[in-house]
Amino acid sequence: MNGFGWAEIALTLALTVAVAFPLGAYLARVWQGGKTWLDPVLRPLERLVYAGCGIKAARSQGWLGYTGSFLAFSAASFVVLYLMLRFQNLLPLNPQGFAGMSPDLAFNTAVSFISNTNWQAYVPEQTLSTFSQMAGLTSHNFLSAAAGIAIAAAVARAFAADRGEGIGNFWADLTRISLYVLLPISLVIAVAYVGLGEPQSLAAHVTARTLEGGQQTIALYPTASQEAIKQLGTNGGGIFNANSAHPFENPNAWTNLIEIVSMNALSLACVVAFGRIVLARKDARALAAVMVILVAAGAGAIYAAETQAPPALAAAGVDTAVNMEGKEVRFGAPSTAIWTAATTGASDGGVNGMHDSFMPLGGGMALFLIQLGEVLPGGVGSGLYGMVVMALIAVFVAGLMVGRTPEYLGKKVEAREIKFAMLAVLILPLSILGFAAVAAVLPVALKGLANPGAHGLSEILYAYSSASGNNGSAFAGLSANTPWWNITLGIAMLLGRFAYVVPVLAIAGSLAAKPKLAATAGTFPTDGPLFIGLLIGVVLIMGGLQFFPALALGPIVEHFQALQMVAAR
Amino acid sequence: MLSQARAAIVSTLFFTLLLGVGYPLLVTAIGQLAFPAQANGSLVRNPGGQVIGSSLIAQPFTGAEYLHPRPSAAGSGGYDAAGSSGSNLGPLNPALLDRVKKDADALRRETAGAFIPADAVTTSGSGLDPHISPANARMQAGRIARARGRTVAEVQRIIDRHMAPPVLGVLGQPTVNVLETNLALDAAIPAAHAGGQ
Repeated sequence: MNGFGWAEIALTLALTVAVAFPLGAYLARVWQGGKTWLDPVLRPLERLVYAGCGIKAARSQGWLGYTGSFLAFSAASFVVLYLMLRFQNLLPLNPQGFAGMSPDLAFNTAVSFISNTNWQAYVPEQTLSTFSQMAGLTSHNFLSAAAGIAIAAAVARAFAADRGEGIGNFWADLTRISLYVLLPISLVIAVAYVGLGEPQSLAAHVTARTLEGGQQTIALYPTASQEAIKQLGTNGGGIFNANSAHPFENPNAWTNLIEIVSMNALSLACVVAFGRIVLARKDARALAAVMVILVAAGAGAIYAAETQAPPALAAAGVDTAVNMEGKEVRFGAPSTAIWTAATTGASDGGVNGMHDSFMPLGGGMALFLIQLGEVLPGGVGSGLYGMVVMALIAVFVAGLMVGRTPEYLGKKVEAREIKFAMLAVLILPLSILGFAAVAAVLPVALKGLANPGAHGLSEILYAYSSASGNNGSAFAGLSANTPWWNITLGIAMLLGRFAYVVPVLAIAGSLAAKPKLAATAGTFPTDGPLFIGLLIGVVLIMGGLQFFPALALGPIVEHFQALQMVAAR
Repeated sequence: MLSQARAAIVSTLFFTLLLGVGYPLLVTAIGQLAFPAQANGSLVRNPGGQVIGSSLIAQPFTGAEYLHPRPSAAGSGGYDAAGSSGSNLGPLNPALLDRVKKDADALRRETAGAFIPADAVTTSGSGLDPHISPANARMQAGRIARARGRTVAEVQRIIDRHMAPPVLGVLGQPTVNVLETNLALDAAIPAAHAGGQ
């Protein structure tokens, strides 16, 4: 650890927050259907989509209608993507002649990309055609992100409404967010990435004759275009197996900075936009503060863990205080630590170092950040609505303490909302611990483990946490391309996305219909340090209570084994 | 119900075309026109025009007269640029302990007890890390000087010229690009291949 490392972490977070505010203001305008300076180019495209889909964008849907549209869109996305991957051998742009995916892998991958998880059970550069990378995966990087942001917009409208009926039009939200937010920003970032060194080529491979006379086949792909939306949309699915540790996906400190900032800025911008729509900017800033404080703490913890003497090197008599296994020289510990906290806090899932080879507490912290519910700042859109659910629980807890019906942002929070909130929150432990418990005793599952001992349990926990939290990063030693892992992780991803979103939209519908109350002297303030502290407590205690026993058997016991090993030398 | 299905199907197909085909092709067109070198993988060619590698991708070096990259876990023999991968060995995995010990012992024999930096005995996340740390390059300077029949200072000067500091002083770590440095070594000391070892 040194001052430069801490400065890098602080600078990266500060830049992220600085970008999030103007971006949030713009996002709010897009949510409200307002004018933007891109209208001359994009308005005709927008009208074309509405005409083709046969929808009236101005017609607001009730929560059931909105949910139905979201589910119908996700189902259509799944079918198209599944078929595209299954039969990529029959489709164009397959210069390497890759076969179609097996049914279980295609199921897993299609679910993964429509749920904004981007878990990858395969080695992309040895599995996917250029066409599948582009038309299959790049497009769903946009669409699953846009769908998540759409739901955040719906939740914002519910809080803003006064005895309202509708929460917006899903198709209009999806279209406007894709066209006015994700597409133009990605385009600019992608071109910058090419300039900074990322390939953007339809050629699959080049063959080099190396300086010492060997042969090296170098995979290329249209990398920059996917990298831009992969980070902006908190997707995380790499063009290459090594993801953003690969020098083509992340060639230098500049691309690394842009990738980290773009993976958290839009999630934070959703919070800013929420504050503007609900007319509660200070309350929204409190939510953002909770996110930033916890992600900063996570980054610090990982940086501290990764700058301890690694046991394997200590045992071999190599004197060092940085764990470089699985890390790139150009990034080192600090760049990797802030990236890892950002990607696991944000449900992005892209990695610039291999979490499986982290120190026990470094990998454990990455795991814990996912288990806190992907709200720090969470996926685009999903982080906002996840944090709103946490806030509802926090005001409910505060209300219990004083014996008063709680309110949040002018809406009474009653039994119905809290029931749905708990339903949403309990999906995560059910899916993670339920599946992990079964996998830990099932020989067919255990065959996939790469590491013995406590670390093996961490691999299992990480896989189901990542899938259920729609994160997508991995303790990548796990050989997950088997029917057991593909199918159970696919189900976990579906639960984490859809079993969470439906109760959230139910809450939105119920809140929208309620009258908007003015704050009184008895209202618990939700815009100050007291609430920030309470909300941090709720997030940590919920996550801690649910997952600490399992973590104690994985990363924590491994940490003490590591200490023992270094001390024994 | 039917109207929902129509909207779902039409929007999926429209956006697949726009975002999955139109957008990457547009970026490809702009990238290929504005930044052809980067867009095609930052390839390095010899004077005859033949591709000898990418300055962003590690390639294997075993000769004593060259800087060696970090160990690689990409592909069975390492440095597989069509199969990037880290080792994914956990911090206490016995396989990691064995590998590090073997590599460290070999380096100790080769460098006569010089300081061994962490990146010299660990595999990178991609297995294709094109860089080594300045300390790692310094450790290897003596071996290269012996193989090329020059002084350590002379070799170190060439290495130093290829050392890149962190961006803005704080972003990332200082690096030495292995392929570029080796090309510079060959250019500065042309007799290397004939007289080396």
